[in-house]
Amino acid sequence: MAKVVAVTGNEACANALRQVNPDVCGIYPITPQTDMMQRYASFISDGKVDTEAILVESEHSSMSACIGASAAGGRVITATSSQGLALMWEMLHIASGDRLPIIMPVVNRALSAPLNIHGDHSDAMGARDTGWIQIWSENAQEAYDNTIQAFRVGEHMDIRLPVMVCLDGFIISHSIERMEYLEDAEVKNFVGEFKNLYPLLDLEKPKSYGPLILTDLYHEYKRAQHEVMLKVKDVVLDVAKDFEKMSGRKYGLFETYRLEDADIALVILNSAAGTSKDVIDEFRNKGIKAGLLKPRLFRPFPYEEVAEALKNTKAVCVLDRSDSFGGYGPLFMEISSALYQLKERPVLINKIYGLGGRDYLPSHAELVLNELHGIAQGGKINIIKEYIGVRE
Amino acid sequence: MATPLTLKELSKKEDLFTHGHRMCSGCGAPIVVKMVLMATDYPVIAANATGCLEVSSCISEYTAWKIPWIHTAFENAAATLSGVETMYRSLKKQGKIDKDVKFIAFGGDGGTYDIGFQSLSGAMERGHDMIYVCYDNGAYMNTGIQRSSATPLGADTTTCPAGSVIPGKLRARKNLTKIMAAHNIPYAAQASPSHWMDLMKKVQKAHSYEGPKFLNVLAPCNRGWRSKTNDAIALCKLAVNSCYWPLYEIENGVTKITSTPREKAPVADFMKPQGRFKHLFEPGNEALLQRVQEEVDAEWEKLKNAEKCGC
Repeated sequence: MAKVVAVTGNEACANALRQVNPDVCGIYPITPQTDMMQRYASFISDGKVDTEAILVESEHSSMSACIGASAAGGRVITATSSQGLALMWEMLHIASGDRLPIIMPVVNRALSAPLNIHGDHSDAMGARDTGWIQIWSENAQEAYDNTIQAFRVGEHMDIRLPVMVCLDGFIISHSIERMEYLEDAEVKNFVGEFKNLYPLLDLEKPKSYGPLILTDLYHEYKRAQHEVMLKVKDVVLDVAKDFEKMSGRKYGLFETYRLEDADIALVILNSAAGTSKDVIDEFRNKGIKAGLLKPRLFRPFPYEEVAEALKNTKAVCVLDRSDSFGGYGPLFMEISSALYQLKERPVLINKIYGLGGRDYLPSHAELVLNELHGIAQGGKINIIKEYIGVRE
Repeated sequence: MATPLTLKELSKKEDLFTHGHRMCSGCGAPIVVKMVLMATDYPVIAANATGCLEVSSCISEYTAWKIPWIHTAFENAAATLSGVETMYRSLKKQGKIDKDVKFIAFGGDGGTYDIGFQSLSGAMERGHDMIYVCYDNGAYMNTGIQRSSATPLGADTTTCPAGSVIPGKLRARKNLTKIMAAHNIPYAAQASPSHWMDLMKKVQKAHSYEGPKFLNVLAPCNRGWRSKTNDAIALCKLAVNSCYWPLYEIENGVTKITSTPREKAPVADFMKPQGRFKHLFEPGNEALLQRVQEEVDAEWEKLKNAEKCGC
């Protein structure tokens, strides 16, 4: 029986992790993630989990210790944000290169300088190429559901890769929402027992982890990493199917909202999708065929499926909550790559919004949809990439 | 019961670190690893910082390690091993593993004194059950002899080259053994492969304590020291006899010198056969050479005083 609760995103993730009951957990504070692992530490102190915590002295050591623990053989978690993820960067590649299924909620936050503790996606976008699977979440419910599903995806014997579950700092991590918890036994049964693969703690068969591989095989090794990533989509969908059977909640590679017959569409990640959906309803009421695509699986990116979903639109705006200075927003680049393969494709524009926690307002979505509507009617594109909600 | 440290018993032991690795001939590091593992009974799991030892001992698809071994990066052997050890404790607590396992981290001085200093300090403070062994050759040898905080005063390296204006390294070494002891760990010691019985006893003593232990072991590098390939052990002896590398232990906070030279040799005896100190024996550098001797003398006096006062 599902239990209806009013909780923050951090609390929801901490509870998902408690229900999974991993063997080892790396803990290090960073706003806005701190509260999640604090809650988890209480579960440990109160004997509600079997987990051994490592209270590390930095995020670099946290990921290093998680890698050691995962290689030793067992289920491993940690969580981080922003500078913490940036400090882990070196080790993120090693976790994925060693094919270790570490699960890590990332509470998205801006990067310094200037110092800013609020929500944007610069941190996780900076970790885009680290070989981790990335699953993004709109709200507390999705963050909770994605955290649980992440274990099944990352630990799948055909995959064995680490997974980041992304949720927006403060907007989701610290806001109380209505959501539903699954029963402890349901979650336990859903994720199942952890299956080891080449554990260091197999003392009968000693293994060496982390060899030097030079020009003879490195290239092949990296291609193998790409190839395993190509299998992730199917596993994500299979896991989502099982999850739906248990929870009644449906997940895919991305979510579409009123997109089927849409002329104009927004592509937007995480919490701002909710605001956008409301405004899309208003446009629909006005008779304008507006829709939305919200990516869920960002790495690996489902290019063909996204192209298929957007192919009948006339104009699309990709909204990025992070930037590649001197380039387009990172989400725009993906959508652009996806659509380029189509013979006929919609016009594409890019808006940068909400950096460092700047509010994304319904009026912003309205502005963008009006612009798209104009373009779809045969209007011209003024600027491909533009900042919105910016103080001039 | 640990294997008795007699030649008869040790000769029966299987090498846990095998021949076939690709360390340079005359390198001290594999000798240190061999001795440490000879004094350790299986099961033991090792972690390795990036460095000469790591790149030369596990090149895909070969490994010189007959024990479970993990390398992840340069600055985090202690953090990585703390993860392995924590998983072991978690699984043991849950009844999923029943064996008693030992844990040893190996790192060079760059990976230990410098870039790995924070992760080492963190692991020692958290109390993980492991021995951290630093093989100290006094510079970043793997990348080509760059200065580390373990590089001795006056040494010529590629980043503090002895030039016409600056005569090599102008700072004394960091005393890492003392810093580690200041973490109030049960056992910290300094050892040298020239005194193999002393080294192996220290390893066994370290294993006898639960919690974090630290061993700092001198490991000559003929490439960086610019010495003969057959001089490693002889140089280690000179390092100990000149008190450049005193052998001592700090057990539960009590300092004990484990080998006092019968006659303290001048530090120049240790330095002269090494090309990295060649310039100190040229006219004009007498004062710096004198300063090296004074610093060694001062450290030795401090050590003797620490032993005398029981601290």
